[in-house]
Amino acid sequence: MGDPSPSREQLLEWYRQMYLIRRFEEVAAKAYTQRKIMGFCHLYIGQEAVAVGVSAALRATDVVVGGYRIHGQIMARGVSPRAIMAELFGKDPGVCRGVGGSMHMASQEHAFWGGYGIVGGHIPLAVGAAFKNKYLKDGGASLVYFGDGASNQGAFFEAMALAELWKLPCVFLLENNYYAMGTSIERQSAITDLARRADGVGMKHWQCGGFDVAEVYDNVAKAAEHARSGQGPVLLEVLCYRYRGHSMSDPAKYRKSGELDEKKKHDCLLLCEDHLTPHGVGEADLAKVREAVDAVVQDAYEFADAAAEADPALLYDFVLHGGTS
Amino acid sequence: MALPIAAAAPRTSLLQTREALRRAMSEEMRRDPTVFLMGEEVAYYDGAYKVSQGMLHEFGPERVIDTPIAENGFSGLAIGAAMAGLRPIVEFMTWNFSLVAFDQIINNAAKIYQMTAGAYHVPIVFRGPNGAAEALGSQHSMAFESIYAHFPGLKVVSVGTPKDAYGLLKSAIRDNDPVMFMESEMLYGMKGEVPDEEFLIPIGKADLKRDGTDCTLVTWNKQIHTCLAAAEQLEKEGISCQVLDLRTIRPLDEQALFDAVCKTHRMVVVQEGYTFAGVGAEIAARVTEACFDQLDAPILRITNKDLNQPYNPTLEKMVLPSVDRVKDAVKLVCSRGKGA
Repeated sequence: MGDPSPSREQLLEWYRQMYLIRRFEEVAAKAYTQRKIMGFCHLYIGQEAVAVGVSAALRATDVVVGGYRIHGQIMARGVSPRAIMAELFGKDPGVCRGVGGSMHMASQEHAFWGGYGIVGGHIPLAVGAAFKNKYLKDGGASLVYFGDGASNQGAFFEAMALAELWKLPCVFLLENNYYAMGTSIERQSAITDLARRADGVGMKHWQCGGFDVAEVYDNVAKAAEHARSGQGPVLLEVLCYRYRGHSMSDPAKYRKSGELDEKKKHDCLLLCEDHLTPHGVGEADLAKVREAVDAVVQDAYEFADAAAEADPALLYDFVLHGGTS
Repeated sequence: MALPIAAAAPRTSLLQTREALRRAMSEEMRRDPTVFLMGEEVAYYDGAYKVSQGMLHEFGPERVIDTPIAENGFSGLAIGAAMAGLRPIVEFMTWNFSLVAFDQIINNAAKIYQMTAGAYHVPIVFRGPNGAAEALGSQHSMAFESIYAHFPGLKVVSVGTPKDAYGLLKSAIRDNDPVMFMESEMLYGMKGEVPDEEFLIPIGKADLKRDGTDCTLVTWNKQIHTCLAAAEQLEKEGISCQVLDLRTIRPLDEQALFDAVCKTHRMVVVQEGYTFAGVGAEIAARVTEACFDQLDAPILRITNKDLNQPYNPTLEKMVLPSVDRVKDAVKLVCSRGKGA
């Protein structure tokens, strides 16, 4: 149920989580330039309100599936910054033992399924989770994050068609940040209000803003409630923006001039501060929150840096499960 | 009527392959409510090849599920359902259509256990007919064992008798890893004795379908029957062949291959599918690496000719392995090293 007026505590917690993701990503970017993080590294800076609003609106047992820009999504789900940073560093205490890396992080305890690097290929998995919810009538629902780029993939359309046909409790959460890597929305799709993609399968859909965490929370709660009620899945298009390039190697020269500065005027932390002001929360209180988070992230960095490398002994441990029912 | 005095032999029934497969699925669905069947035309149509005939009636539409023609979508959905704790059986109307779902099978089913460092596994069976049938043309005639056996994280089973189909499908359904289970249109109507009492055949174990001393024919799926026919004819010409049915391509029963070559010192692999980088090449490499000193002749491969399948039945037969091609290969390897 969307709550139009979240409490002071709720807002402060959201602020803390959003700032945690941002600070974490800034430190991850630094570690990348230090070559402590290798490979691909897709930062979530700018989109923090989406992951935090989503997680607040779901049950802890609802399955969440992410694409390749997942650091913030898995953190909002409750996985510790230490475990995530250690994974990025390829270290043994990483959430996937250093086997997964930036794009492949999952935690059963947090019902977070990962972490998939084939754009759009993960979307049917979430529909499968919702299929299980309906099959077992367990009252659960699932949510899948993907971007505007993925909304061109066949897997996305097939997943929507199946989910709607069988009225599965799945929320398709489209984070439209206006760029598929470097290709702007106008250059990749004949329609730019992507929620309309659901019309072709008869699925309920709407758009909402992705900068105000309370707005995201409210809309995801409504979407999840709709899905859970047996009325079918929802395509929720969340309009957001990433401040950094597609990955660490992308200077994002394709942006229009002034575009980034314009978007930053609606920064999720600023909007949250606006919500907090009437509750009597001022800059001094927020500075305390940020200071505590800075320490947590610094601790995660130091933990990951000092941690043992991924264990060569487990090289063959995850080829096959090997068990039977 | 007098009762039988001697201990009765295990009771068997003569089943078609499709009936054996159906029995395996139905028993497993009775045993485990998380097992369900999904695919194109599996429910109301009773299956494109009638493998699932009657299952909708017994299990209902929640567990025997017709899908739209969306292999990529429903394969991915089923993989997700498996991650969530169900045990899907996905029927491909033919394995040729699995290529539409290739990304789901390779990038998800085969890798999720590894990418999640063991947090999630994927107990799923993909099954359906594989290889050439009769005059189905270029896009409905491929054999997929070598394609899927290439990838760590998958198991590949390919069966050629009703008994093996039954026992291995039950094992596949109970397996916690993704199993690619390959059948044949040409064998669905073939009958064979299947014990009435429930049994499982372990994945990864080859089966000697015929004993012999001069040459080992390594094969699987419907080429078993080509090999058995060739072996019978060769016996009359004084050459004794054994026929080793791999049944599982991956994990490969290397020990059975090594034992066979230590016995006959000559080996011919008979497979459908293309020659290049095929399963036969893998077998030849592994046996040569491990048993070079045991070989009296190079290992030969009888495969599809290295081209795409033509429609015309005469041309099609020229492409596929045949009794004559197998016999020629056996005679060739047996002509080498004699009297050394």
